[in-house]
Amino acid sequence: MTPVTSSAVSVHVNGDAYRLELDHRTSLLDALREHLALTGTKKGCDHGQCGACTVLLGGRRVYSCLVLCVAVGDREVVTVEGLADGADLHPVQEAFVQRDAFQCGYCTPGQICSAIGMLREAEAGWPSAVTSADTGTSRLDEAEVRERMAGNLCRCGAYANIVPAILDAAGHGGADR
Amino acid sequence: MKQFAYARPADREEAVAMVSGSPGARYLAGGTNLVDLMRLGVAGPDLLVDVSALLPSGVQEQPDRGLLIGAGTPNSDLAADERIRRDHPVLSQALLAGASGQLRNMATVGGNLLQRTRCVYFTDVTKPCNKREAGSGCPARTGAHRDLAVLGASEACIATHPSDMAVALAALDARVHVSGSDGDRVLALDDFYRLPGEDPSRDTTLKHGDLVTAVEIPLASALTRRSAYRKARDRASYAFALGSVAVALEVSGTTVRDVRIAFGSLAHRPWRARTAEDALRGAPATADAFSAAVEVELGAAAPLPDNAFKVPLARNLAVSVLSALLEEAPR
Repeated sequence: MTPVTSSAVSVHVNGDAYRLELDHRTSLLDALREHLALTGTKKGCDHGQCGACTVLLGGRRVYSCLVLCVAVGDREVVTVEGLADGADLHPVQEAFVQRDAFQCGYCTPGQICSAIGMLREAEAGWPSAVTSADTGTSRLDEAEVRERMAGNLCRCGAYANIVPAILDAAGHGGADR
Repeated sequence: MKQFAYARPADREEAVAMVSGSPGARYLAGGTNLVDLMRLGVAGPDLLVDVSALLPSGVQEQPDRGLLIGAGTPNSDLAADERIRRDHPVLSQALLAGASGQLRNMATVGGNLLQRTRCVYFTDVTKPCNKREAGSGCPARTGAHRDLAVLGASEACIATHPSDMAVALAALDARVHVSGSDGDRVLALDDFYRLPGEDPSRDTTLKHGDLVTAVEIPLASALTRRSAYRKARDRASYAFALGSVAVALEVSGTTVRDVRIAFGSLAHRPWRARTAEDALRGAPATADAFSAAVEVELGAAAPLPDNAFKVPLARNLAVSVLSALLEEAPR
């Protein structure tokens, strides 16, 4: 018997339901870009090392290049295209514009989705490697943001503006969808 | 990437039967390592059995027996668990020292234990590697071995195990719950990992089809509450260790009452430093005594030209963390 190497897959992206016939090898990243024409999510390394493909899956930030689309199930996917409310940018997007937190812009969709997931994690009280055991996780500062955003690389080196943008958005709706 | 079939079995028994009955089948959970290895051509399963929805997730308190951590628990949830942070801080710190926020959200506890070495020859299918292809050779001894093993290596393989979490679990005397075609069993972490010897293809003692279902850590104590993890790497975050150490210390007056020391990134498995621990129990709690005991443990090291730095690095990591814990200790 020939093995079945493709399946009909239902995915929920930015509030819309899609049904796709996909080769099982298709990553969530490739499904978004090549099958749904949602090219806001970028492919950098395709190995889980750069963060350009970060999306929110079931409300949490993940690398879409390492997720097989067939395994997504009924978890909601949110990409950079799903963040703004009409012409109103998401607070993290707005902060990136105000702070000029990019140069070439290739890592930016991943940075923004990652920042939203990160701000939710901080709001939930999750510690990071630089969180002191004594002080807990109540306050985000530059060191906390840099550590928590370590999974998103920027080859232009726009970190000097990315960090203040995220700090601006923290506590101003940055953790909301 | 090779094409593959995909299955989402209804329960654990069906999953174990599917993988046990098919030599080319593999379990899929978080996928953070396996999907990458498939893309690199290092892994080429013909069937992926998705267990992400059926593995237990979360931390369960077992009266008189400590904590039972479901194998499907994401690394990020375990690191944030209040009981882990309070009673076993070494484990939370080790998890947070590993990977990135995104990967910790995806990666499970079971998958973390089973991740493969990041030796560059293992991940490059154009190069020989005894772990990937038995008998093909090991270019690492005369090649790029800066990141590789100094303890317990063999002629065939000098790979290191990349997990931070497993190093903390080694220090905590964790036990691994496994379901296989012959039923369920529980393995001490010591009996779970193995040294490469003449068969580096296997990282663990598991058989094909065995499924890690949970990790158990013994009851918290004064020892586990005073524990810490420290990791040295080439950049401040989001990099594998050059060396790391998981330590727990309990002192009585000026004497070491009990101690745990486990090293990461020095060997094919987390390296529990029992020789050093034995030397320190009842010894004076001083930096000199810590250093002397760790020197004896590391006396077994057989480094190569480019990784000899790991031996003093490991010693300094252990002595500095033990000394820091001593500073905090109640007298």
